[in-house]
Parts: sequence; C-alpha cells; structure tokens
Amino acid sequence: MDINKELTAASSTPLVLAILAEGDSYGYAILQRVRELSGGRIAWTDGMLYPVLHRLERYGYIQARWQVAENGRRRKYYRITTDGRAQLAEERRQWQAVDATLRNIWKAFMLALPAGNHTTAAFVRQGAI
Amino acid sequence: MSNSESTLLEERIDQWRSYLLRRQAIGSLDVIELEDHLREQIDHLMTAGLDTDEAFLVAVKRLGALDALSREYAVEHSERLWKQMVLPDGAERASRGNSKEAILVLCLAVAAALLIKLPVLFGLRIEDHTAIYARNISFFVLPILTGYFAWKRGLRGGAIRLFAAGYVLAAVFANVYPFSGNGNTEMLTVLHLPISLWLMVGMAYAGSRWNQVAGRMDFIRFSGELFIYYVLIALGGGVLTAFSAMIFDAIGVYSEDFIATWLLPCGASGAVIIAAWLVEAKKSVIENMAPVLTRLFTPLFAVLLLVFLGAMLWTGRPIDVQRDILIAFDLLLVVVLGLLLYAVSARDPLSPPGPFDVLQVVLVIAALLANGAALWAIAARISEFGFSPNKVAALGENVVLLINLAWSAVLYIRFLRRRGSFAQLERWQTDYLPVYAIWAALVVIVFPPLFGYA
Repeated sequence: MDINKELTAASSTPLVLAILAEGDSYGYAILQRVRELSGGRIAWTDGMLYPVLHRLERYGYIQARWQVAENGRRRKYYRITTDGRAQLAEERRQWQAVDATLRNIWKAFMLALPAGNHTTAAFVRQGAI
Repeated sequence: MSNSESTLLEERIDQWRSYLLRRQAIGSLDVIELEDHLREQIDHLMTAGLDTDEAFLVAVKRLGALDALSREYAVEHSERLWKQMVLPDGAERASRGNSKEAILVLCLAVAAALLIKLPVLFGLRIEDHTAIYARNISFFVLPILTGYFAWKRGLRGGAIRLFAAGYVLAAVFANVYPFSGNGNTEMLTVLHLPISLWLMVGMAYAGSRWNQVAGRMDFIRFSGELFIYYVLIALGGGVLTAFSAMIFDAIGVYSEDFIATWLLPCGASGAVIIAAWLVEAKKSVIENMAPVLTRLFTPLFAVLLLVFLGAMLWTGRPIDVQRDILIAFDLLLVVVLGLLLYAVSARDPLSPPGPFDVLQVVLVIAALLANGAALWAIAARISEFGFSPNKVAALGENVVLLINLAWSAVLYIRFLRRRGSFAQLERWQTDYLPVYAIWAALVVIVFPPLFGYA
C-alpha cells in the first residue's frame, strides 16, 4: 500500500520536524529514518525532500549549517529551532485531532465493513448515507 | 570498486551535476547538497551488492525526474527564476575581479560626471555656451567609454594611439570651424559627430574581434542593450530629479539651478558608463531586451506600413512634400533597420526560415516602397525642395539606409528561397557598420565649409 501524494505532502512537515527533534540530521539520513518509521509505506521521491527542508528553513522552523562530514564531503545539516518545536507541537495536536475523528468513525463502521476490501461505492450501498 | 570504475562513476556524476547546474531554479549549493545525497545513496546500494552502474542509475532515479525536481525547487525559490544580476549575493558569485571592476567603473562614471563640469573652470558655463557643449558632448563620455573597453579587452599601443588620434582629430573638426550662430551646419555636426565616434567605441568594444562578423555583431547587440538601459536609467533619474526638486522646495531651498547645472549633466554622462558596464556584466545573465522588443514591434510596424501603402493606393493621394518629410522617412528607415538588425542579432543563423522571417521581409519591402514613394514625390518637385545642408544630409542618410535595406531584402529573400545562407545577411549588416560612421564623418568634416558654415 502506498500513501497518496496529498497525504504524503501534508505529513512531510510534522515528519521532518519530528525527526529533527530527535537530533540534528541531513537529507539522506532523514529519508532513511522516514523509510524506517513508515515501514517503507511512505515513499518520497528522494529529491523532493530538499525543497521541503528549504521551505521549513525559510519559515524559521529549522536552521541549516554546512559541515564537512567524516567522509570529507561538504554536507548540509539541519537543526530544529524553538519555533520549529512549537510548530511541531501544533502539527501534532492537529494530526491527533484528525486521527481521533477518523478513529471514531472507523469504530462506527467496524462491524459493517470488513477492513481491506471495500470501496466508496460499497460504503454508500451499505447505508452510510 | 576498481580504479577504472571509480573514474567512470566520477565522470557520470560530473555529467549529472552539469545537467543539474543548468536548471535555473537549482542553485549551486543545492547541487552540492544533492550530490552528497547521491553519493551516499550509491555507497549504500553498492554495499547492498549492486555494481557501480546499477547503483548510479538507481540512485539518480530515486532522486526523481529532473523536471519535477526543478519545478519543486522553483516553487520554493521563485526568486531564482528572476535572474539577479547587479550585486550577486555574497559567497556564491562574488569574485574579486568583479568587485575590482565595479570600483573602477564607479570611478570612471564619476570621472565622466566631473569631466563635463571641467570647462566651467575655464569660465565656460553650460547655460552661456550651450553650442560649445553640444558640439563637444561626445568628448566628455566616449573617450572614457573607449578607454574602459580598451582596458577590458587588453588593447595595446597601436590601437590606443589610433583611438587617441581619432578623438583629437574629431575635437579639432568640432571646434575649428567658424560656425555662424545657430546655423544648420553646426546642428548637423552636433548630431553626426557622436554617430561617427560611436564606431571607435565599437572598435574598442570588439577589440581584436572587430574584423570578425561575430565581434561586430556583439557590438550591435551591445549598442541596442545600452540604449535600452540608458533609457531605463534616465527614467529613474527623472524620478530622482523630480523628488529632489519637490522635497527641497518644501523646505524653501530652491534646487532648480543645482539640478540644471549639476545633477542633469553629470548624471547623464555618468549614466552612460554605468549603463555600459551593466550591459557587459549582465549579458550572459539576462535575456537581451532589444530582440524581445523587436519581436513585439516587427508585426506592428509591418501592419502599419502595409495599411499606409494600402491607404495611399486607395485614396490616390501623393505624399505631400513638406519641410521635414525626408527626416520623417529617414527615421522610419532607421526604425525598420533597427528592427531588422536586432532580429538578425538574436536569430540562430542555422535554423531554417520561419514565419517571422517572412514578416521581416514584408516589413523591409513595405518600408522600401513607402520610402520610394516619398523620394518620388521629392524628385518630382526638386526645385521647390531645394538643397539646404539639412536636406542634403537627410537625402544622404536616406541613400545610405536605402542601400542597406534594399540589399538586405535581396539577401533575406535569397535565404527564404534557400538560395543563400543567413550568415550572408549577418555579414552584410556587420560590414555596413563603418558606412554610417564614414557618412557621419563626411557631414561633420565636409558640410560646414561646403555650405559656408551656415
């Protein structure tokens, strides 16, 4: 199962901020961490992470610095700022609210719908409306 | 990884990097960041057992399609699509050579601005000796501009002596003739001297490439861009002037005298140097404006001329021979020549003829027909028309432009019919440059004595 584009995009901010809240990191390592956390279900095109990082930097949620990595290459590390942490907390509240809402409605359908093989049409037919 | 494999990989990464650098939206620092990512990905994949080739391909693929990636960067960094030029931001581009040149240019601009006030030291004030200033206006700016390019192109001895001799000679002719006050020939000198001296600026600009078509073509491009920049700077200067007049008026300090005798003349001459430097500095950074304007106005002028010719045929009205009729048609030919020249300068000589080329030919032929009608009307009433210096000069200019455009039309039609190459048209235009300067020099040198300094 792949998560659709809109959800991937929407979740990128809290995900990146949360990973950076664990400690400073850089692009490749952040992507590895996303893969690990999502069990491979969130598939970002690697390059797309960087414009996201630059946007968060512009908002002031993260700060970048250049450093020479142990292999001698120049590498750009990112660190979360105080503003970033506040934003992360805010995002978290919002996602939790969405999650809680969805959970409630999933519960209501739990008996009617066997998970996994339904379509929206089935939803309607089975009396959701 | 063997040695040859690792060189191969480096080559591929180099190639990939150069593709990336071509994208405007992706900055050079972004490329370093992405390259670090790519290399780490490749290392990882190779540890997992892929060979160099496979690892490279997979890693590049995972970074995403270049177009999509560049679009994402563009969304985040939209300012990069507006190419920045005057003051390149800090670490990225500021090389020492650039800033050294900027300081030099600033000094030269100040020198040009002060030079125009130099005659005041000898008691010649602009407001009292307008004619002397007008005749010598070229000498306050053009030698500095010539010197700047001579320095920039590393020109030596012979060329420098030629320029110096040219300016001295021009200064002599501009000042030794006993012009009668407010005469026509004096006005002609004022108008024609800068045109002939502009050729020397061109020779300095093109440097050792003056005898190549490409070098002279660059000079044509430079001239067009310089004109546009100068107009823009002049507009800005106008706003500045208006504000300084307004705010000083508000506190009861009247600045009009200062503006007229200092701000305007000094600003106008310093701005030439600044504009020239801007054109030089940004020529590879920003799309040239002159060809853009050409694209915009070529169809409009073509329609205008066709409608004019149609109206003339329809109403059967001949062209009324009035005083400034020739000057009006000279200016028309200048505009058409400008449109042709800047279309030529921006065109890839190797691409096949297209609709815009046809339009260009229509424009030139329509202009030739309209001009022919005007000349016909003048020839029919030559006795009334008379031969004042102004009219002879205007007629000469008309012939100079006519020859250029007529032969251009022939070359262009040959190109459209695939009987000739576009390069021939380029060569004709660039070879013709000295003709303008020689004609202008003739007007400056021969006309005043010929017409009794009237």
